[in-house]
Amino acid sequence: MKVKVYVSLKKGVLDPQGKAVLSTLHSLKYNEFKDVRVGKFFEIEIADNIKDKNLIEQKVKEISEKVLSNPIIESYTYEIVED
Amino acid sequence: MKFGVVRFPGSNCDDDCYHVAKNVLGIETDYLWHKDTKPLSEYSCIIIPGGFSYGDYLRPGAIAKFSPIISSIKEFADKGGLIIGICNGFQILLESGLLEGVLIRNKNLNFICKDVYIKVENKNTPFSKTEKNILKIPIAHKEGCFYCDESLLNKLKSNNQIVFRYCDENGDITEKVNPNGSLYSIAGICNEKGNVLGMMPHPERCSEKILGNEDGRQIFQSIIDYLS
Repeated sequence: MKVKVYVSLKKGVLDPQGKAVLSTLHSLKYNEFKDVRVGKFFEIEIADNIKDKNLIEQKVKEISEKVLSNPIIESYTYEIVED
Repeated sequence: MKFGVVRFPGSNCDDDCYHVAKNVLGIETDYLWHKDTKPLSEYSCIIIPGGFSYGDYLRPGAIAKFSPIISSIKEFADKGGLIIGICNGFQILLESGLLEGVLIRNKNLNFICKDVYIKVENKNTPFSKTEKNILKIPIAHKEGCFYCDESLLNKLKSNNQIVFRYCDENGDITEKVNPNGSLYSIAGICNEKGNVLGMMPHPERCSEKILGNEDGRQIFQSIIDYLS
């Protein structure tokens, strides 16, 4: 099993990187897009002997809050997927 | 009086801080490895220097906060010990919860390396009893834009935790002279007790006459005067 964690900036937090990407898109005439927010994506493999989904969820929440994101500015979502 | 300079893998201002403390100010100073677990009770002040601890991977300071020495530093802070985090040291203090807020990517996305002016907003901390009210100190960072929510900003203001703000050479604070887009032009803050300070500018880079600027030395001198 794998878990995919998506970390993104909370609403209202300035994202200069996203703005720079958006302005590049606009300079390439992709005017269909009006905003870009840049985040992080983690693909994490779960040890073979761990099968308990509840335990995995609990651990994923823990690492997402403690390590993968800074809760002051970032929020996260995750999905557990079978290989 | 004894200072300790913490070294993480990727610290690169450790030698400068050590040099200023030991050779310029004449204070007994030790390097402290980030894996050290000994209590820090023999020290009067801990310096967390700038650099790129763990290559700034994940977020600046995000991995360094799990180094063993951080628990000793927290204990040291609880007992009232003085801690100054400079640049990456400031980022580490925020990530580890010793200070509140966050430093995000500079508004213009550039790594900025230049002299800036900062105004001493609160002179009543061990770090900021400086002769001058306006100091010229270089910055060198990409993630130096201070950010927090409104309630924390209000708290920082009302507790006088905002110690340094970016300004021009006359002390005027405007968006034009805010180098990185920091909220309220914040360049440095302290904790509620006032014994932990984080700042983005590098005082250790301007503490000697031969370097053409000694303004940074006033911050170290303030610490020494407080401890004497």
